[in-house]
Amino acid sequence: MDYTNFLLMRDELSLVAVMVLLLLYDLFGSARSLRHFQLVACLLFGLHTLICLFPHRPVEAFGGMYIYKPMLTIVKSILNVGTLLVFMQAHTWLESERTVIRRGEFYFLTLSTLLGMYFMMSAGNFLLFFIGLETASIPMATLAAFDKYKRKSAEAGAKYILSAVFASALSLYGISLIYGTTGTLYFDDVAVRITGNPLQIMAFVFFLVGMCFKISIVPFHLWTADVYEGAPTNVTAYLSVISKGSAVFVLMTILYKVFGNIVMQWQGILYGLVIVTITVANLFAIRQKNLKRFLAFSSISQAGYILLGVISGNALGMTSLVFYVLVYMVSNLGAFGVISVIEQRTGKVMMDDYNGLYKTNPYLSLVMMFSLFSLAGIPPFAGFFSKFFIFAAAASEGYYILVLIALLNTILSLYYYLLVVKAMFINPSEQPIAPFRSDNYTRVSLVACMAGVFLLGILSVVYQQISLFSFGM
Amino acid sequence: MSLLSLFVLIPLLMLLGLWMAQGMKQIRAVMVTGASLLLGLSFVVLGGYLSERAAGNTAEMLFMADTMWFAPLNIHYAVGVDGISVAMLILSSLIVFTGVFASWKMDPMPKEFFLWFCLLSVGVFGFFISIDLFTMFMFYEVALIPMYLLIGVWGTGKKEYAAMKLTLMLMGGSALLLVGILGIYFHSAPEGGTYTMNILEIAQNQMPIGAQRLFFPLTFVGFGVLGALFPFHTWSPDGHASAPTSVSMLHAGVLMKLGGYGCFRVAIFLMPEAAQELSWIFLLLTGISVVYGAFSACVQTDLKYINAYSSVSHCGLVLFAILMLNQTAMTGAVMQMLSHGLMTALFFALIGMIYGRTHTRDIREMGGLMKIMPFLGVGYVIAGLASLGLPGLSGFVAEMTVFVGSFQHDDTFHRVLTIVATTSIVITAVYILRVVGKLLYGSVVNQNHLALTDATWFERVAVVVLIAAIVAIGVAPLWISNMIGGSLAPVVEQLLK
Repeated sequence: MDYTNFLLMRDELSLVAVMVLLLLYDLFGSARSLRHFQLVACLLFGLHTLICLFPHRPVEAFGGMYIYKPMLTIVKSILNVGTLLVFMQAHTWLESERTVIRRGEFYFLTLSTLLGMYFMMSAGNFLLFFIGLETASIPMATLAAFDKYKRKSAEAGAKYILSAVFASALSLYGISLIYGTTGTLYFDDVAVRITGNPLQIMAFVFFLVGMCFKISIVPFHLWTADVYEGAPTNVTAYLSVISKGSAVFVLMTILYKVFGNIVMQWQGILYGLVIVTITVANLFAIRQKNLKRFLAFSSISQAGYILLGVISGNALGMTSLVFYVLVYMVSNLGAFGVISVIEQRTGKVMMDDYNGLYKTNPYLSLVMMFSLFSLAGIPPFAGFFSKFFIFAAAASEGYYILVLIALLNTILSLYYYLLVVKAMFINPSEQPIAPFRSDNYTRVSLVACMAGVFLLGILSVVYQQISLFSFGM
Repeated sequence: MSLLSLFVLIPLLMLLGLWMAQGMKQIRAVMVTGASLLLGLSFVVLGGYLSERAAGNTAEMLFMADTMWFAPLNIHYAVGVDGISVAMLILSSLIVFTGVFASWKMDPMPKEFFLWFCLLSVGVFGFFISIDLFTMFMFYEVALIPMYLLIGVWGTGKKEYAAMKLTLMLMGGSALLLVGILGIYFHSAPEGGTYTMNILEIAQNQMPIGAQRLFFPLTFVGFGVLGALFPFHTWSPDGHASAPTSVSMLHAGVLMKLGGYGCFRVAIFLMPEAAQELSWIFLLLTGISVVYGAFSACVQTDLKYINAYSSVSHCGLVLFAILMLNQTAMTGAVMQMLSHGLMTALFFALIGMIYGRTHTRDIREMGGLMKIMPFLGVGYVIAGLASLGLPGLSGFVAEMTVFVGSFQHDDTFHRVLTIVATTSIVITAVYILRVVGKLLYGSVVNQNHLALTDATWFERVAVVVLIAAIVAIGVAPLWISNMIGGSLAPVVEQLLK
């Protein structure tokens, strides 16, 4: 065994180092020094983010099990930045009385899921892919149940683990059929031996359904709203952005790389899924009064838009998808940051509670509004650009009707995003949320999100950089 | 840095200035300075344009600037103006300028109001100077969304309903439009060529006819929603009636022109063959807009609704004239955009001023205002006369050109439609004279109105500037119609090919 292979996994090693250091610090740090735990954790993870920022040469390790391509640096960096933002937003929650003793666990569990996602993305073999998938989902259930003294949180954990296991089982069944029909689990070999016979199509469908559970594509989305509502808000943010983003990226690479031979078939399936996902999620979002449920349905419909990038199956689609995930991340984290800080201070998460928010907390309202506008795809916010590119990608393959349906759906989505804006800016309120100062961690993260929302689109350099790497895939 | 980019930069700087401004005085200072600069700039551009043309510069667009933006998709930030855009720029800057004076006493949250107002003008100016489809579409959308808050927060009546309806309907239009734009983009070059968003290049490359048939209706309806094309006009009366004064002015005066301008610049210029084939459908729809809008205005009692329906009728006439697809009618269409923009802004400004005093817009509750507020009364009469097409004012020139151009077609279909559309002149006279008679003359209905005062100095500035522009176009229309006509030549050439 050649141990130098391990050194090729720079990003994973650095992440494991951060995990272990934080765990040891949490175990052996003195009570005095532990007061700085949050700061140390953010700094350490920030350092890791910096290390991962630099692409290195493409490598294959462990006989093709693990594959690194420069494109992964971009995706991993996006996930890293998102995770860092979540950590900063989690400050108030982690410092609260009941959570403070377990914050070490929060970091360890979150980083474990991230490690799982890294493996999932770097996999060159279905086996490593599956290990990554499981590493990413099981700690997630623990995270969802983190506020275990709350009934809803415990319930969310149970719901998540059940549906995650079910989804994994389906995927695994699909993978076993793939192995049965092709005799290999290596992506490159499978790709050649996929001929499109009915058994392979069935295997593919099982695999896809499992992935659709993770990304919460309609009709496999039923767990989403409950889990999002029950889980602690910061975990929900992580779940909706990082977990979803990584799963979408993996789905795309596997569809392109492994199932390239049956592209006609999966494009047909995705076509239907996109329409159903966007429409159903938007219709359900209209009726939500709880903002966490509201954002759950909004994120389901966003996943539908993301699939538009997958369906095109070309380099433009891949670039647009990665860019979309990035923009979706900053926009959604902006919205979740506001919800989280308000929930921590006042315990309010209903839309009616936000009535008249602009009068008392103008900056938070503005952050919320800009984030929602970005999610709705209104210029000059980044969401407009990412939506435009994803539509352009789908149109480039001639899916004009699909684009039209998706666009008509953006009107629906604009309607419900405007409902929140209306609550904050127009509706009068007798008992508005009192003015308060949010903590510095939240502020920094919200400023970062806003910088992203304003600049990512207008500064074309980000998109061009992603495009540069995606042509290499 | 090109001269034209200043049109976007100045409102952006105004946003910055407003952000830092403290108190009403500073806010006004920022707004007046910025709006005057914009007005000055538009006249500088006009002067530059005319002298370039006089010197024999025959390029399609002048003051062009082009910067690569998103290289992978060949999207540029490209600007340039021809005679039509110059006319629209002057219109916009006039209305922004007068709009500032018309909302001099904005309350509550004046700072936020003007922030959104400036963002709206960024969109409007950016739209008129763009010659890249992507930039154009982006500015178009930038102009739409501030309307929601401007109407929702500062509006009157059933403002929340109106704001939501307006925003969603216009977004629906832009959804169709975006599909149209993507379709144009992916057919902008022959097989194997580099796709482009540049309007001039697309026009040169000539889209295949099959794609034109598909995307012309989408693009035309997409822009048509904003141009109050029947049956997609229903947002307009509610929206205008609920909006605060200066927003109504900007919206009816300029924003609805974005629709007409877009139909012309994108739909017809880029897809001339489909326009020839399909124009009859839209001619019927716009014909309905013209007559139906005028009839609806006759039965309304709310001043703003009367004017909003009159806008539907007049903007319908703009699209109607564009679809006649000949040089005279299209010149008339642009003149009509200018003329309608100015007089409808004047109307809404005056209605806002009257409403600010009487606190009602119902004509049944008012009367004899001419004696009480003669300045506003005279302004209203002038706006009314311009609207019904009195010679010497802008409306006459515009409508005359439109109908002369439309009648140049010698087939029955076009002629009958033209005759039907001309009836709107008579109907317009009915509802204008009805309002003028009831509102301004006759006896005072409400005795409390006797205590009201006439216009203040800032209101007078707004009214006088608009009237001056209306008279200027009415008295000396030739130079402006020459400027527009000259720029139409390439479009007409496209159509004849």
